[in-house]
Amino acid sequence: MKILVTVKRVIDFNVKIRIKPDGSGVETANVKMSMNPFDEIAVEEAVRLKEKNIATETVVVSFGAAQVQDTLRTALAMGIDRAIHVPVDTEIQSLGVAQALKKIIEKEKPDLVIMGKQAIDGDSSQAGPLLAAMLGWGQGTFASKVEVAGGSVKVTREVDGGLETVELKLPAVVTTDLRLNEPRYASLPNIMKAKKKPIETMTVEQLGVNPAPRQVTLKVTEPPKRKGGIKVPDVATLVDKLRNEAKVIP
Amino acid sequence: MPTLLIAEHDHKSLKPATLNAVTAAAKLGQPITILVAGHNADAAAKAAASVAGVAEVLHADDAAYVHFLAENMAALIAKLAPNYTHVMAPATSNGKNYLPRAAGLCGCAQVSDIISVESADTFTRPIYAGNAIATVQSKAKIKFITVRGTAFDAAAATGGSAAVKKIDGAGDSGLSKFVGEELSKSERPELTAARIVVSGGRALGSGEVFKKLLEPLADKLNAAIGASRAAVDAGYVPNDYQVGQTGKVVAPDLYIAIGISGAIQHLAGMKDSKVIVAINKDADAPIFQLADYGLIGDLFQIVPELTEKLGK
Repeated sequence: MKILVTVKRVIDFNVKIRIKPDGSGVETANVKMSMNPFDEIAVEEAVRLKEKNIATETVVVSFGAAQVQDTLRTALAMGIDRAIHVPVDTEIQSLGVAQALKKIIEKEKPDLVIMGKQAIDGDSSQAGPLLAAMLGWGQGTFASKVEVAGGSVKVTREVDGGLETVELKLPAVVTTDLRLNEPRYASLPNIMKAKKKPIETMTVEQLGVNPAPRQVTLKVTEPPKRKGGIKVPDVATLVDKLRNEAKVIP
Repeated sequence: MPTLLIAEHDHKSLKPATLNAVTAAAKLGQPITILVAGHNADAAAKAAASVAGVAEVLHADDAAYVHFLAENMAALIAKLAPNYTHVMAPATSNGKNYLPRAAGLCGCAQVSDIISVESADTFTRPIYAGNAIATVQSKAKIKFITVRGTAFDAAAATGGSAAVKKIDGAGDSGLSKFVGEELSKSERPELTAARIVVSGGRALGSGEVFKKLLEPLADKLNAAIGASRAAVDAGYVPNDYQVGQTGKVVAPDLYIAIGISGAIQHLAGMKDSKVIVAINKDADAPIFQLADYGLIGDLFQIVPELTEKLGK
């Protein structure tokens, strides 16, 4: 079977973000960028399925400026076979991504698509279900376990009450949660090998998609700041404060 | 034009998150229709009809909705959606599963996890783990919106007397089927709805100690128990305990963080709590920067002492 995974280049999860003084967005210039952590998990899962000889081919797709090729190379170094880069200079949102992916998928015909459950920049958590809907495929979101057998995939999902398992007919879309796997670090030989793996370019024009945002960000502001409180010396003082000052316990 | 709100329920009763979403829907100033899609869910439909401010309840009763499979739920929502300007759902694991799929079926993008309604097309929502708030305007012809429960008060569960209209379901998609579930059983309040949350981190050292130390404290306070991602990853507690950017978002009256250092992604899930207490041996832990009351010291001594003193 063939697996397609998607990756997004985002501000590294360890970086403390800065909001632009004019409120137009978050500063991304001269900031450390990395692969969205949930997408790393998606890449790892695809590579493991290939190593288990369940997958025969793995393809990674990313959208964005020229620098996303670095992110694609990371995925190739982790073990993905080949990459597709869709160059987009402006912002591309979940709906545009899903529409473009649908076109790529019609061409590539993967049996399984694995995506991160959310990107840690926009936190909107919708590209996977949007894509599954447009393709008319089943979806297994927030996956913590993926088992492919015959023409279907069993997905264990992290839900509010615990875990739920669903079985989806293939082809299907799976989105990854944190505990699906622990992504590997690419080894130096694999990083060298990845340099020779192919990255194909497909433009949005070729795909026949208009990626213009349907959602306009009017402004971006700081969240209300919490004032730090006080240090209490002992448990007795803490209980007294909670009872008589904050009045949150009887 | 009315707003359609998808109820989160267990077929017998409404989940609290539905009531918060009703308050968000009410801010649009339009009549609110609640969809109860379930199986043998008359009681949940009745509960929805009694919620203050609800104009109508649509009740689709079909075995296809017994486990709220996204494929079946979204097909029904998308069938109804063209009659509404706004389609809302609580940002629970169910809402986050089927609502964007319904949006996709209608060719619309979703506005996820809103924390305020500014106008009919403009909303605010947290981005970057809540480290920035974006004001966004949606140009979609139907606005699909998930609602962060902690940002809106709960609507009154009684006082309404909406009519319940039975509607047909949209059938079974045949794309997916429910295999099984493993739900955490607990007599404690639900994490996202609890008035007090006691949360533990990796510093507790093991699942056994986590239980031994935190459960008596939670019992005394009638609190829910939460955990940091590190504690969940280490296997001390199941995934549904996780509070944070990618786990649950809570905003109780009192949040007690025990042995939690305060990683950005954890703070994203609890920083709107009214009162925060941090207990940690590391005086430089970031959690102290937003705690109202910080106690530096050994949690293995402090927590039992706290549990004991609360009894008096």
